[in-house]
Amino acid sequence: MAPQTLNWSAIESDARFKELHSRKSVFLWGLMAFSVAYYFALPLGAAYFTDIFKIKVWGPINVGLLFALSEFIVAWGIAFVYARKAAEFDAMADAINRDAASIGA
Amino acid sequence: MKISRWAVAALALTAPAIAFAQTAVNPKYTWLTFAVFAGIIGITMYITYLAAKRTKTAADFYAAGGGISGIQNGWAIAGDYLSAASFLGIAGLISLNGYDGFMYSVGWLVAYITVLLVIAEPCRNIGKYTMADILAFRNDPKTVRTFMAISTITVSTFYLTAQMVGGGVLVKTLIGIDYEVSVITVGVLMLAYVVFGGMVATTYVQIIKAVLLVIASLTMVALVWGQYGFSLPGFLEAAVADPNIQARVATMLGDASKNLTATELGQRFLEPGLLFKNPIDQVSLGMALVLGTAGLPHILMRFFTVPTAQAARKSVIWAMAIIGGFYVLTLFMGLGAAMKVGPPNITAIDKGGNMAAPLLAQYLGGGQDSMLGNLMLAFVAAVAFATIVAVVAGLVLAAASAMSHDLWVGVIKGDKATSDEEVRAARICSVIVGIIAIVIGILAQGQNVAHLVALAFAVAASANLPVILLTLYWKKCNTAGVVAGLVVGTVTAIGLVLVSPNMTYPKAVTAAAKKVVDAAPARIAKLEGDLAAATDAAAKEKFGKALAGAKKDLATNTATLKKFEGQTTSLVGLEKPLFELRNPGLISIPAGFLAVILFSLMFSDKRALETWDELYVRSNTGLGRASAAKH
Repeated sequence: MAPQTLNWSAIESDARFKELHSRKSVFLWGLMAFSVAYYFALPLGAAYFTDIFKIKVWGPINVGLLFALSEFIVAWGIAFVYARKAAEFDAMADAINRDAASIGA
Repeated sequence: MKISRWAVAALALTAPAIAFAQTAVNPKYTWLTFAVFAGIIGITMYITYLAAKRTKTAADFYAAGGGISGIQNGWAIAGDYLSAASFLGIAGLISLNGYDGFMYSVGWLVAYITVLLVIAEPCRNIGKYTMADILAFRNDPKTVRTFMAISTITVSTFYLTAQMVGGGVLVKTLIGIDYEVSVITVGVLMLAYVVFGGMVATTYVQIIKAVLLVIASLTMVALVWGQYGFSLPGFLEAAVADPNIQARVATMLGDASKNLTATELGQRFLEPGLLFKNPIDQVSLGMALVLGTAGLPHILMRFFTVPTAQAARKSVIWAMAIIGGFYVLTLFMGLGAAMKVGPPNITAIDKGGNMAAPLLAQYLGGGQDSMLGNLMLAFVAAVAFATIVAVVAGLVLAAASAMSHDLWVGVIKGDKATSDEEVRAARICSVIVGIIAIVIGILAQGQNVAHLVALAFAVAASANLPVILLTLYWKKCNTAGVVAGLVVGTVTAIGLVLVSPNMTYPKAVTAAAKKVVDAAPARIAKLEGDLAAATDAAAKEKFGKALAGAKKDLATNTATLKKFEGQTTSLVGLEKPLFELRNPGLISIPAGFLAVILFSLMFSDKRALETWDELYVRSNTGLGRASAAKH
């Protein structure tokens, strides 16, 4: 399977590639937008909703501390969700790769 | 008080000048620190020796032959990323400012989400050794290689300077070795790793350092948190009730603290607002972190060392687990240091708080005069030292690769160089970059370099990331857009910092100093009167100390006035900042993206459009990559 023999534009317009592309784009950029929004909520919340951040929840632990800790949980959660979802994308890409030489040939 | 010749020889130094200031390590136990340093250096040198035997081709030198596993690369990324600034700096920020310090650490982890979701895998599928490889795929190779190499060298040099200067100061503070000597030691060691062992040795040095860092942090956290039965509310309650922390908050708040009870003061340490006053600046910094990390050449380069996109993904997930876990640990180290060591003792040795973690280690081992305490401190100091060397090695390798692979082979030789020639060129470039780093490190002594790391992130986010991202994801992106994006992003970021409050404005500095100097005679006279009138020993000591402090203030401020005599404007001729934010990202990042988009649309390019299908299929499927990964 020498790369130069592949018909790239045929693969690009192959239905399976289109499917992979659209599912991946929606998933990745959606997750990206969510993570950025969640992250910026922390410094903005600390500055503009200070009184809420100060509310004590459990002993000296306040909303602000829980929110900051949740940033870590959310970041790890995103990594976990993506790792699971990526297996699906890998399988789709593998299927395309197997047939790559014959697409558009 | 003398450091033995043997210990000095172990660091491979010639004719060292050793000066003693107030240091963290008890001078009686300096030998212990040197022994631990020597042990770590010995291990890494042996690995370099083994790596050198394996480093034969250009692929070996730049990318460890693509033979690093996902887990190994994850540890190496963590080792590359957790610089002294995050290891010692964030623990220090938390120990002095509580909540705001912890909040600051969050952005450094969130940054990896961008790397994971949109950068790591496509870069692995498209690139070979450098960032410019990705751009050269669709754009005019010579042009984009030239501009991207310049940008890579710029970003790496900013980061490098901060590391060299910070490292020199750090080693001096820890054990009292002269600044120049420690800069040269770091430089020579790092050069040995990079020149002989290339990416293989650099990777293993980063892995070893990350493992040591995690061991040191876990030990400290176990010892300090264990005292409270590993209960989070129990630990925080102790922090709130701690007199050291309450006193710190009272000092920071000044008059505003008068109506607060002791517990309220302690609780205030766990609430936002002690350090950060300008949320827009915070958002601007956050943007630079979240988009800049993905544009740092030395981080991106790590993805070329793994065999597949899956391994690249796995390595980012490991890196996120390690880096995030480490920042959670810093919460305990920072608060622990605030309680056990106390902010005044931390700032007495280093104003920025960098000594919080080392001093906590010393305390937990049994204190300043104990053997175990000093052994623990020696271990933390050695980890800090290994940190600087490992981070600097990664940076030098990135800059040298851009010089040799992009500028020399790609532009000058027109891509016609044998693997042997390229390895030789890469080694020569490493030596050049290394020597430049040492010289800059020595010249920049005493300069305020703290904002250089933020500047490196800002340039990476405003110039490198837009061009990489749009090349990978936007069909119409082309050479004109890439060049415009790199130039506009870099110039805007650096330009805004030059007119920002980060620079020194002599007028403001001298005005503040003059105020202190003018008020000093009255203050000293009053304290002298108080001292003479004092009867008991405690009061005498208190006024004596205050008097000495006042005299010291006068001396420093007089020196400041003298230093800035006749100067009224900053480096770029300004009396006061033109731009109020310390972090330029908020403006410079959109400017970078806009430049790529506008110039790509203005100058359409057939080749960029024609290669789009191939790039997009390759980046999403890894097709055509399999053969390249085998060497």
